[in-house]
Amino acid sequence: MQNILEVSHLKKYFATQKAVDDISFSIGKGSIFGLLGPNGAGKTTLLRMITGIFYPDEGEIFFDGKKFDPLNDVTRIGYMPEERGLYKKMKIGEQALYLARLKGLSKSEATARIKDWFIRLQMETWWNKKVEDLSKGMSQKLQFVTTVLHDPKMIILDEPFSGLDPVNANLIKDEIHRLAEEGATIIFSTHRMEQVEEICDHIVLVNKGTKILDGTVKGIKNEFKENLFRISFDEKVLPEHTAIHLFQVVEKSDNELVIKKNEGFTSNDILGYFIHKGLTIHAFNEILPSLNEIFIRQVRGTPEARQFEAVQN
Amino acid sequence: MSKIGLIIQREYFTRVRNKTFILSTFLLPIMMIVFIFGSVFFAVKSREKQRVAVVNDPGFFRQNLKSDSSTVVFDFTPGIDSANYTEKGYGGILYLASDGGTQYELISKKQFGLESKGYIERQLNKAIESHLLQQRGIEKSTLDSITKASGKAVSLKNKVTDSDGKSKQANAGLAYGIGFGSGILIYITMFIFGAMVMRGVAEEKMNRIAEVIVSSCKPFELMLGKIIGIAGVGLTQFMLWIVLIFVLMTTLQFFLPHETMQQVQEVQQSQQQLPGGPNNSMALKILEAKTQFVEGVNWPLIIFCFLFYFLGGYLFYASLFAAIGSVINEDPQEAQALMLPITMPIIFAFIILTSSLSNPNSPVAVWASIIPFTSPIVMMGRIPFGVPDTVPYWQLGLSMVTLIGGFLFTTWFAGKVYRTGILMYGKKSSWKEMMRWAMKK
Repeated sequence: MQNILEVSHLKKYFATQKAVDDISFSIGKGSIFGLLGPNGAGKTTLLRMITGIFYPDEGEIFFDGKKFDPLNDVTRIGYMPEERGLYKKMKIGEQALYLARLKGLSKSEATARIKDWFIRLQMETWWNKKVEDLSKGMSQKLQFVTTVLHDPKMIILDEPFSGLDPVNANLIKDEIHRLAEEGATIIFSTHRMEQVEEICDHIVLVNKGTKILDGTVKGIKNEFKENLFRISFDEKVLPEHTAIHLFQVVEKSDNELVIKKNEGFTSNDILGYFIHKGLTIHAFNEILPSLNEIFIRQVRGTPEARQFEAVQN
Repeated sequence: MSKIGLIIQREYFTRVRNKTFILSTFLLPIMMIVFIFGSVFFAVKSREKQRVAVVNDPGFFRQNLKSDSSTVVFDFTPGIDSANYTEKGYGGILYLASDGGTQYELISKKQFGLESKGYIERQLNKAIESHLLQQRGIEKSTLDSITKASGKAVSLKNKVTDSDGKSKQANAGLAYGIGFGSGILIYITMFIFGAMVMRGVAEEKMNRIAEVIVSSCKPFELMLGKIIGIAGVGLTQFMLWIVLIFVLMTTLQFFLPHETMQQVQEVQQSQQQLPGGPNNSMALKILEAKTQFVEGVNWPLIIFCFLFYFLGGYLFYASLFAAIGSVINEDPQEAQALMLPITMPIIFAFIILTSSLSNPNSPVAVWASIIPFTSPIVMMGRIPFGVPDTVPYWQLGLSMVTLIGGFLFTTWFAGKVYRTGILMYGKKSSWKEMMRWAMKK
């Protein structure tokens, strides 16, 4: 698969901190990519370099196989910043038109596309309203529409679901999937890792300006798995059932076990053992760590880890 | 359409369609016209006509006290005293001292207006003066011819000749008025539109729309688009004001009673200063300026220079205001502290303007009209006094060139600051820091 974006040894230092310190990664065409990290990890600075708002101090960016040229390539990028911004006093239709034309669309084409999107997201009646009359969730939706109006090759969404209710969040998620199917590359940036686990094909985890993880969600989870399994039975589990060298019991309730498989055995060995014991197995799953847990493990003991433990609780 | 064109368009149309813009554009000229016509109208109407009975005339007043049909009419009918003057239709009764002394009494039921009182006083003085001159052997006819001749000498015309020896009529008062008017107009608009730019930039920063926009275009384009768009708003407002004032003036003249217009003309012609403060006379002067085409004023040059200095001065300062708008946060006091170094030179320029109007060739005036920080205001105060007589071509040229260079520099500087400031939140910035940002690549 060809890469839409390649970032190599990118650096951006501010007076007080190294916001981005030697980060490299690449994003495949048509994939859904997650840029994860706690607040202040350097995500926004990284995105601002990719969108041509900042120039990197060092390093290079390649967009669609060529060296990134902010002046021309911005029309093929859609960027929704974390801090949402719209003109409060401007009518919604005019506002969408203005932003689309800034991205290089002609007036008639922009109008047609806006109408199309407004119908799809049930916003037809909004055209003459002002942004100040919209609720936060509604203006989020508008912001999303203005980001993708010009049919960008690469869509960058910084915390796209913050402030959205589940209904609208799912609506946006569906649209994102649809856009990805149509060939756009999506970049998610968020500190809410549980939100993107299910959507992203590929993630990069950054902390304090450096990359700490890079890979597919599945690959990373496998890399960090602890061989934990949850087994439920129809019968009550008795102590004599668990006295075996195959595994150690981590948690135990009446008819459920959480076990840690010992090195050198397979899950079939365990299944076979219980079948042999005459227990009816109701469910058997491997417990994979969440990205959150992996992240906490990676940065254990730093203030960033505490930030995420708090999110979990 | 280019991006900057789109930005200019948006900035322009959102402001021009704004209710405050429409209101201020239409109300200001209407208020001005109402004020001018109102004060003229009242100045004319408030001229009271008084009949004054003169009692105890020692002889020479009868021929020397001159009545004025519109203010005071003197009457020498005998048999009138303080008991019956109101019944006989007199507004007041004037007792004269028969021995030629200086004690005179004016008795009336109502207080006489300043104008009538002043007129009576002047007439008394004149009468006594003529009486004394006649007593010392000067013929009445001689005296009359002297008065007539001296009345003509009052108007002083300052003929200025240019290098070709052609003479032009110079009108210092009008030059003063034009200079002051255009100087103050540039001064006010620089503040109004400069502040508009600053608020616009700060609003985009607070709204967080700036980041959305600069992901589509260069920050410099956004800043310049805003500045140019607002300049267009300013020019539109000026044009509308000029057109509206002209239209209103012309139509109002038809609605004013003919009698009043005649009285206005009378007042204009009579040399005497109207009482009732400078407002009335200013109003008259404006009317005068409108009705009377004045030679010796190079209108095309003045209008061109006005537009040039308005735009130049605006561009010079607006970009600095934009730079401030980009670094401030929610705290309005922060803006005030940062604005001080910008507002000081503007206020300073205004102070120099007032002194350079009475002395347009003083070194301070000359240099202040060349340095771009003050030139838009001060130069406009000097130009009406004549180019190239008062302002040589080299001064005008140098002033224009430095102003263009000046605004190119401030725009460049502001662009640098703006680029960094617009995305910087929650941090207080100082001028020192802004300088550092400008020095960075």
